[in-house]
Amino acid sequence: MSCFTTKFADELIANAAYIGTPGKGILAADESTGTIGKRLASINVENVESNRRALRELLFTTPGALPCLSGVILFEETLYQKSSNGTPFVEMLKSAGVLPGIKVDKGTVELAGTNGETTTQGLDGLGERCKKYYEAGARFAKWRAVLKIGKNEPSELAIHENAYGLARYAVICQENGLVPIVEPEILVDGSHDIHKCAAVTERVLAACYKALSDHHVLLEGTLLKPNMVTPGSESAKVAPEVIAEHTVRALQRTVPAAVPAIVFLSGGQSEEEATRNLNAMNQLKTKKPWSLSFSFGRALQQSTLKTWGGKEENVKKAQEAFLVRCKANSEATLGAYKGDAKLGEGAAESLHVKDYKY
Amino acid sequence: MSCFKSKFSDELIANAAYIGTPGKGILAADESTGTIGKRFVSINVENVESNRRALRELLFTTPGALQYISGIILFEETLYQKTASGKPFVDVMKEAGVLPGIKVDKGTVELAGTNGETTTTGLDGLGDRCKKYYEAGARFAKWRAVLKIGNEEPSELAIHENAYGLARYAVICQENGLVPIVEPEILVDGSHDIEKCAYVTERVLAACYKALSDHHVILEGTLLKPNMVTPGSDSGSKVKPEVIAEHTVRALQRTVPAAVPAVVFLSGGQSEEEATVNLNAINQLKGKKPWSLTFSYGRALQQSTLKAWGGKEENVEKAQKAFLARAKANSEATLGGYKGDAQLGDGASESLHVKDYKY
Repeated sequence: MSCFTTKFADELIANAAYIGTPGKGILAADESTGTIGKRLASINVENVESNRRALRELLFTTPGALPCLSGVILFEETLYQKSSNGTPFVEMLKSAGVLPGIKVDKGTVELAGTNGETTTQGLDGLGERCKKYYEAGARFAKWRAVLKIGKNEPSELAIHENAYGLARYAVICQENGLVPIVEPEILVDGSHDIHKCAAVTERVLAACYKALSDHHVLLEGTLLKPNMVTPGSESAKVAPEVIAEHTVRALQRTVPAAVPAIVFLSGGQSEEEATRNLNAMNQLKTKKPWSLSFSFGRALQQSTLKTWGGKEENVKKAQEAFLVRCKANSEATLGAYKGDAKLGEGAAESLHVKDYKY
Repeated sequence: MSCFKSKFSDELIANAAYIGTPGKGILAADESTGTIGKRFVSINVENVESNRRALRELLFTTPGALQYISGIILFEETLYQKTASGKPFVDVMKEAGVLPGIKVDKGTVELAGTNGETTTTGLDGLGDRCKKYYEAGARFAKWRAVLKIGNEEPSELAIHENAYGLARYAVICQENGLVPIVEPEILVDGSHDIEKCAYVTERVLAACYKALSDHHVILEGTLLKPNMVTPGSDSGSKVKPEVIAEHTVRALQRTVPAAVPAVVFLSGGQSEEEATVNLNAINQLKGKKPWSLTFSYGRALQQSTLKAWGGKEENVEKAQKAFLARAKANSEATLGGYKGDAQLGDGASESLHVKDYKY
């Protein structure tokens, strides 16, 4: 095998496959303190630890939601937090059959000499941090690489740096028992059409899998978190079936069958859009040797946040909103979403923020 | 799309998919004049055009054989030859639903500074040659890149050169209506174990698909012709077909995108029976296999046929029966339905390994 041998191999393979269980997906609840601050600000809630804890408790204790989830990505602070009755979040998740995940990158920095392109930091001491997170109960990790489409972007340098950064992160995770989610997000910003997005996505994914091969990563123990293939945010919208066709074709052209599951990011899509697009992909009749599921942040939490508004008395209503989105996306992974989710306030609202920084 | 736009897109995609039709595979009958000469020497036949023509006619007119064949790779000379009654071979094939293919590479040359590693030549004027071949009826092409396993081999240079040569050849073919068979053969020579072969195969295939992506090749309009993953010829260990199947399919799962419609294995030095039994095990394996898994065999389809023929007209019928037996057996193997009951012709179990084989 060209992958390295790790004592964690069997566990990595089992966990990666579990995350792709049909009917389940990932809740991305790993907003950094700064980022969650922006969300809380939008609903007039103070960005203090107790509020951040309360929000995550609201999500994790929603009756009926956890069966729709195979994993939850956490920010470091949350990995060590507890519910109000003293149960560590990690325990709560594990006993519900949900794998805890951990964001391990340290954000992006600009690449000198490029037109605002970035690379992602976080490799220094990553092995030690992964070990620590594994001991705390984490079983998968996430690292977000970011690329953009422009006249001369993404450049060969940006693609190479981000792909090889992802590959290095991935093998370090595997050495320490964490399934790496490989996330090469191509921002939706721009006026390009869907064909351009498809071409760039294929080029980027091809580079990623070459880098993963070079770094001896065990593909069966990884997940891919790509953007869907869509027109740019300033360009005309297309039907979910069109998005599904271009997205799945891009994946067929680049993602080896050894990868057990693909967990899409939602980018700037509204809750409803993200669900419909995922549903269309799972309805498409064609070769799909990987599960196609979700790893949604904003697209799972938007209406929940609005409903909560930081108030204890709104928790039940907010949890109902969250359950609706969880169930809808669970059905979408089976191609069975009927479009009948009770739309919470904001469910159809675009969540696109130009040049979004997490 | 990151692939280029070709006016031949739909045709390429349809032809590539057709070649992978379950129950069918490719007969590699593209031995160059020099190579077929070596085969003839082994059966005491003179290497003249009429004999080369006669052998190919024997194969292509075997009653009942062409139904198991989706494509035949030809050497240039054969593309323009006819049966004894004057019918162009290309027409014989087309009428039987068999796509004619053409070998387009010009053999290997050594890479300076390496330990006998090679690159493949043939890119100069390739576009014009492909055009000509398309006009003559060819619908797919083949280009053989060769790598070897050794202490320091394959080197990064050899992998890169061969992968990028294959990619350049592939896109030129597609520009001219020919489905390119991408063949990165890793020779079986050596004392390495199956794990080493798996490691190298995965590394080489990953490089090939990166090169194909860089060159904007339409993967849906290509075929892959890889080696199976086996122990080296001098490793002293033989492993079961199921083990070969497991390692081979896993290597493909890790590297070959689902967009590729079919993987058509080369037989390397395997005997006729080994090549069939291994292909059968590959098709019986339970696991993700989003491409057809079939054959593109030369020696492993013709060995006993050649021996039975011996260049003699009176042996043609017997030789054709031997060929039919292998064609049928391999057809069954593509369906995982081979029972190991093919009438073994003389030489069917004989290893066809020749050290450091040069085509």
